[in-house]
Amino acid sequence: MSPLLSWAVTATLLLYVLSMGIGLLRMLRGPSAQDRVLALDFLYVVGMLIMLVLAIRYDSAMYFEGALLMVLFGFVGSVALAKFLLRGEVIE
Amino acid sequence: MNLPPIPEIIVALLLLCSGIVVLIAALGLWRLPDFFSRMHAPALASTLAAWLVTFGSILHFSTRGAGLALHVWLIIIVLSITAPVTTIVLARAALFRRRRAGDDLPPPLSTTAEPPAR
Repeated sequence: MSPLLSWAVTATLLLYVLSMGIGLLRMLRGPSAQDRVLALDFLYVVGMLIMLVLAIRYDSAMYFEGALLMVLFGFVGSVALAKFLLRGEVIE
Repeated sequence: MNLPPIPEIIVALLLLCSGIVVLIAALGLWRLPDFFSRMHAPALASTLAAWLVTFGSILHFSTRGAGLALHVWLIIIVLSITAPVTTIVLARAALFRRRRAGDDLPPPLSTTAEPPAR
C-alpha cells in the first residue's frame, strides 16, 4: 500500500468517526423518538462504510461479510423500531 | 519522486469524496430544523457515499486480486432495496405520531380524497 492510499484511508476514517460523533449527538439529544431512530440508522450505515474502508486498509475480503451483515441487521433494527413507533407492537 | 500507480490515486480520491459526503450528511442531520427535512440528510450517506466506497473497493480489489472483484456490488444492491423501505416506514411512523400529538399536518389522503366520478 502506497503512502498516499494509507493517508487517504486514515483521513476517511477520521471523517467517518467525526460524522458518527455528530450522529451520536443527534441520537442522544433528538427531540422526538423518530429522530433517534433516524440517527441510529445513520450510525449503522456509517459503521458499514467503516467496515468497507477497513477491508481496503487491511487488504482482506473478510470485512465484506461483516459489512453485509451490518446492512441487514441495521435494516431489521430500524424497521422494527419504526414499526414499534407506529403501532406500539413489533410483531402483531 | 515516483508517483503511486493510477488506480491507487483514484481509490484515494473516491474514499476522500465519500468521507466528505458522509460529513455533509451528518451536518445535515445535526443542523436541519425539522424531522421531515432531517430525513433527507442520511440518504446522502446510504446512496452517494456507499456508491463511492463500493467503486473504490471494486477498483482496489480488482487491481491486486485475480480478476474482477464484483462481490462488493452486493452491498449496493441490498442497501438500495432496504434504505427506501426504512425511510417510508419511518416517515409514516413520524406522521402518525405527530397527528396523534395534534400537530398541524396535511390530513391523510384516504379520508379527504373525493370518490372517483363514475
